[in-house]
Amino acid sequence: MRERVAIAGLGYTAFTSVSPGSSYRELTYEAAVKAYQEAGIEPKDVDSFVCTSEDMLEGYSISDEYCNDQLGAVLKPAQTIPGDFLHSLAVGVMHILTEKFDIVVVQALSKASNMKTIPDLLNFAFDPVLNRPLDVTAYAVAGLEMNRFLVEGRATREQCAAVVVKNKGNALRNPLAGYGAAITVDHVLDSEPVAEPVRMLDIAPYADGAVVMVLCSEKLAPSLTDKPVWINGIGWASDSPTIESRDWSDAVAVRLAGDMAYRMAGIACPSKEIDLAEVNDEISFKELQHLEALRLFEPGQAGKATEDGKTSLDGTLPVNVSGGGLGVGHLFECSGAQKVLELVLQLRGEAGSRQVPGAGVGLAQAWRGIPTTSAAVAILSA
Amino acid sequence: MELEKFELGATPLKDSAIKEGKVLTVAKKPNLKYAWDNGPAIGRYLAELKEGRIIARKCNKCRRIMIPPRMFCELCWRPTDEWVYVEDTGTVNTFSICYVNWDASRIKKGEKPHLPAVIEIDGASPGMGILHVLGEVEPEKIKIGMKVRAVWKKPEEREGSITDILYFKPVRG
Repeated sequence: MRERVAIAGLGYTAFTSVSPGSSYRELTYEAAVKAYQEAGIEPKDVDSFVCTSEDMLEGYSISDEYCNDQLGAVLKPAQTIPGDFLHSLAVGVMHILTEKFDIVVVQALSKASNMKTIPDLLNFAFDPVLNRPLDVTAYAVAGLEMNRFLVEGRATREQCAAVVVKNKGNALRNPLAGYGAAITVDHVLDSEPVAEPVRMLDIAPYADGAVVMVLCSEKLAPSLTDKPVWINGIGWASDSPTIESRDWSDAVAVRLAGDMAYRMAGIACPSKEIDLAEVNDEISFKELQHLEALRLFEPGQAGKATEDGKTSLDGTLPVNVSGGGLGVGHLFECSGAQKVLELVLQLRGEAGSRQVPGAGVGLAQAWRGIPTTSAAVAILSA
Repeated sequence: MELEKFELGATPLKDSAIKEGKVLTVAKKPNLKYAWDNGPAIGRYLAELKEGRIIARKCNKCRRIMIPPRMFCELCWRPTDEWVYVEDTGTVNTFSICYVNWDASRIKKGEKPHLPAVIEIDGASPGMGILHVLGEVEPEKIKIGMKVRAVWKKPEEREGSITDILYFKPVRG
C-alpha cells in the first residue's frame, strides 16, 4: 500500500449567516491559528500552501493573490485552486506524495454574506451565448434535474423532503451549524416554490466560515499529532459543462470521483466499508442522488433508506450528521471543507452529542453546485 | 496615430462592427455586487480617515508600524499589538505618469495625466506606504524621494474612504 497522508491539524470558525466582525482575512487567520496550534507548527515549518478561491465569489480578480497574509504564506510556495476545498485537498495530498513536501496547509473560505447578487452570479455560470439570453434562473437546473430524478422513480417528493428534515435536525446538535431546525416534511412541501419541484426549504441557505487543515506525511505524523486522521483515497471528476447533453438524473461525475477515491483507498464494497458519509446536499434530492452515485445505496433506494432512518444519526449509514449544507449552510468553495471537518471530528471521537459510535471510515463528497457537474470525494480513516 | 483605447496585440473587433450588426452578438449586463466586511483593522482605518487622521497598527515583535493597519503581522504570524497614529505626510517611494484612465481609455486633449504614487507615510516603518495620487504638481517636477502632504476633503464631505484624502501635494520649503 502506498504511503498515506495525515490530517494533523484542524482549524475552523463557526458557520454563520453573516460575519460582520471579521474580514475574509481575519476569518482565515482565526482558522489558521487554531490549525497550526493543534499541529504545533508555525508557518515557517510549512512547505506548501494550497488555498481555495474563485474570483467571482470573492469579488476580486486574481483573488489568489489575497490568500497569503492570513495563512502566514507570504514569501512561501503557495497556490490557489478555483474549485472546492476537496480539489485543494487533492493537490495537498499529491504534494506530500511527491516526497518533496512534508507539511502542506490547505485552506478554504466562504464569505457568502458579502456577495450581494448570488442569483445573478450563478446565472453568470451559464453559457453566455446559448443559455444566458433565455433569462432563466440557475436554480432551474436544480428543478430540471430533480424533476427527471422524481419522474424516473428514483425517489418520492416526500423522501426528498425527509432529507431536509433529517439534516436540519442533525444541525441542532452541531454548535458550528447556522441553520438547525425542528421541522416536518410538510414544512418543506408547503414552502415557497422556487423552480418546481424545488421549493425554498429544499435549498441550502448560504453561510460564511473558514477551514484550515495541516497535512503531513505518514513519516512525520507522530511528531505533529497523537490523533492523526488519514486520507486513504481521493478522487475528482467533471462532466461536460453542456447543459443540453448532460445526464439529468445521475451524478456521473460523482460516481467517477468516488470510484477513483475507492480505488486509491482499496475499498471494494463501499456500502459495507463506509461508516458515515458527508455528501453534498445543496438541494435536498442531491443527497439521495449522490449517495446512489457513490454506490452507498442501489439506484432508487436512498430515498427509502432516508425515510426508514438508515441515514439518520443512529442508522446503519449516518449521512450528514453535521447537518450538511441544509443545516450548516452552503459554503460555496468551502463546502467540502466543512464535510472533511466533520469527518475529522467524528473519526477522532470529538463530535459530542452527534458522535457516531465506532466511526472508523468516513466519506466526504463535494459538488461545485448549480449549474456545475464537478465533484470530488475523499475517504478518511482514524 | 491617436489610439481610442490602449490595446496590446491582436486586432479587436471595432465597436462600430457590433453596433451596426455586422457580427452576431448577444449582450447581457452583469449584475455583480459585493459588500466586503472590512473587519476591525480596515474598519478603524476608514473611520479615522473620516476624522482626518491616518492610523496604523504596531507589531511589538518586529516593531513594524504597519499601514494600512492589520490585525495580525503576516511576517511574525502573531496578532498586532497597538494602534498608532501616523502623520499625513510622507515620501514618494515610486510614481507613474498615466496618460490613460482606469479603464485604459486615453485621457482627453488638454486633460492632466493621472499621477499615482506609493507614499511612505511618516511615522510608519520604512517601506510602509499607501497607494494614492499626487496633485498640485507638474508631472515633470515629481521626483522619487519628494516630501508630500495629504490634501483632505472638507470634514463634512468625508465618508470614511481612501478618497477622503484628495491627493498628496509637494511640501514646499
